[in-house]
Amino acid sequence: MDTGTFRGLITLILIIAFIGIALWAYSKRRKPDFDEAANLPFADDDEQPTSDKHASRERDNEAHSRDERGDKNI
Amino acid sequence: MSTAFEHPTYNYKVVRQFAIMTVVWGIVGMTLGVILASQLVWPQLNLGLPWTSFGRLRPLHTNAVIFAFGGSALFATSYYVVQRTCQTRLFSDRLAAFTFWGWQAVIISAVISLPMGYTTTKEYAELEWPINILIAIVWISYAIVFLMTIKKRTTSHIYVANWFFAAFILTVAVLHIVNNAAIPVTPMYSTSIYAGAVDAMVQWWYGHNAVGFFLTAGFLGMMYYFVPKQAERPIYSYRLSIVHFWALIMIYMWAGPHHLHYTALPNWAQSLGMIMSIILLAPSWGGMINGMMTLSGAWHKLRTDPTLRFLVVALSFYGMSTFEGPMMAIKTVNALSHYTDWTIGHVHSGALGWVAMITIGSMYHLIPRLFGRTEMHSVNLIAVHFWLATIGTVLYIASMWVNGILQGLMWRAINPDGTLMYTFVEAVEASAPGYFVRLIGGLFWVTGMLIMAYNVYMTVQRREAISHPAPQAA
Repeated sequence: MDTGTFRGLITLILIIAFIGIALWAYSKRRKPDFDEAANLPFADDDEQPTSDKHASRERDNEAHSRDERGDKNI
Repeated sequence: MSTAFEHPTYNYKVVRQFAIMTVVWGIVGMTLGVILASQLVWPQLNLGLPWTSFGRLRPLHTNAVIFAFGGSALFATSYYVVQRTCQTRLFSDRLAAFTFWGWQAVIISAVISLPMGYTTTKEYAELEWPINILIAIVWISYAIVFLMTIKKRTTSHIYVANWFFAAFILTVAVLHIVNNAAIPVTPMYSTSIYAGAVDAMVQWWYGHNAVGFFLTAGFLGMMYYFVPKQAERPIYSYRLSIVHFWALIMIYMWAGPHHLHYTALPNWAQSLGMIMSIILLAPSWGGMINGMMTLSGAWHKLRTDPTLRFLVVALSFYGMSTFEGPMMAIKTVNALSHYTDWTIGHVHSGALGWVAMITIGSMYHLIPRLFGRTEMHSVNLIAVHFWLATIGTVLYIASMWVNGILQGLMWRAINPDGTLMYTFVEAVEASAPGYFVRLIGGLFWVTGMLIMAYNVYMTVQRREAISHPAPQAA
């Protein structure tokens, strides 16, 4: 195998890997995990309890309403 | 400083130190930029001294804004975000403290050695070999602190912001070490181990990935934490953020040759660089859209929250400059734009519009929390800063567009007999009004940063004022 073929194969492998990542990311099975991960910035709110409680309630409502609209990208 | 507000779990001390230095180095770096802009309007301002000449202060400006201001901001936010999203303390307080003092030592070395004329001549990698070794040691320590903190996380997921920060840290380590590989000749002089066109290609592989990983991936890490936090909504699409991450890091690596169009670099490498730069538009805009859409249903917050405005306008400038970049990488466009002020304008639409604005927005979110306050001393002053920064950026990039296209057209204009229509100095003279407008834009920015410094000072002061009477009462 010459260098050119080898490099072409590497490119092909990378493209397949990338398509694989995209399919994995958008598979239905991953959704609950990703929802949990997406909420990590809000998981440890220990400062300003009053305003943050209010904020998280607002956030839940928002997530809920997006779900009702059929928006899966929350 | 009082320890009354010390966080029970997290190491906020190193974050506070880096956050304060972000503001300090921001003012220093941008003031240097204003001095350089003034020198281009009034050349006698170089004072006739070697230490204050344009050629020596220019690398000091770029190093100060990228590595001192941007670097301190990245250290501060990455240490803060990794602790809060992994819900664990930094891996080692002592090693984290070493990264702070080591990084400040690197910056001080740059402040001394660059005006003295010590330079490797590699753009954005001007520092000489002893400083480069210190950078490598500090950076590897940074990687250890960051990655080991992720390793001991108590959450099951690694939040997407940490992926971007980790990619930025690892890639910059590789870029720095490979590009600065040199043979020392004297204590402050070395020669690159690469030669000719290979040296140029390695330099711009480094140079463009400094943009791609230091100034993009790192600040995207900031975006993925602080935009959802400030908007009080999770990121629009976590799935898109994963695809965004892998697409961005797979493609950015190959875009460097667009800095070397029409040079001795092989033509196929130039074309490859051009095509990869155009493809890069897709992940860039994917990330921008993900950040923007996070605000859906929360757009009204922009009316009352100038911090969120900083973050969202940063994303707009990011979208604009990542469209402009691929366009300028097209060889025929590059034939007009290269070596003109258009390039300088493009860099600053990214550097001021994206990097500085996302940093400032993040700092206005971060600093009150680090000092036990709910918000900054004055929200109105944040709004003033926002408008100064936005108008300053627009003045800067608009004047450089005009200058760049003017210079490109004047340089390529030829008479029917094939001679050049304009001498070089005629293009310089024609650029004078643009240079003046650019100076005004820069002054807007420095004024905004000084207002920020006052606001930060008052925020920190109030915290001390609150914490001091407390022990007396008890």
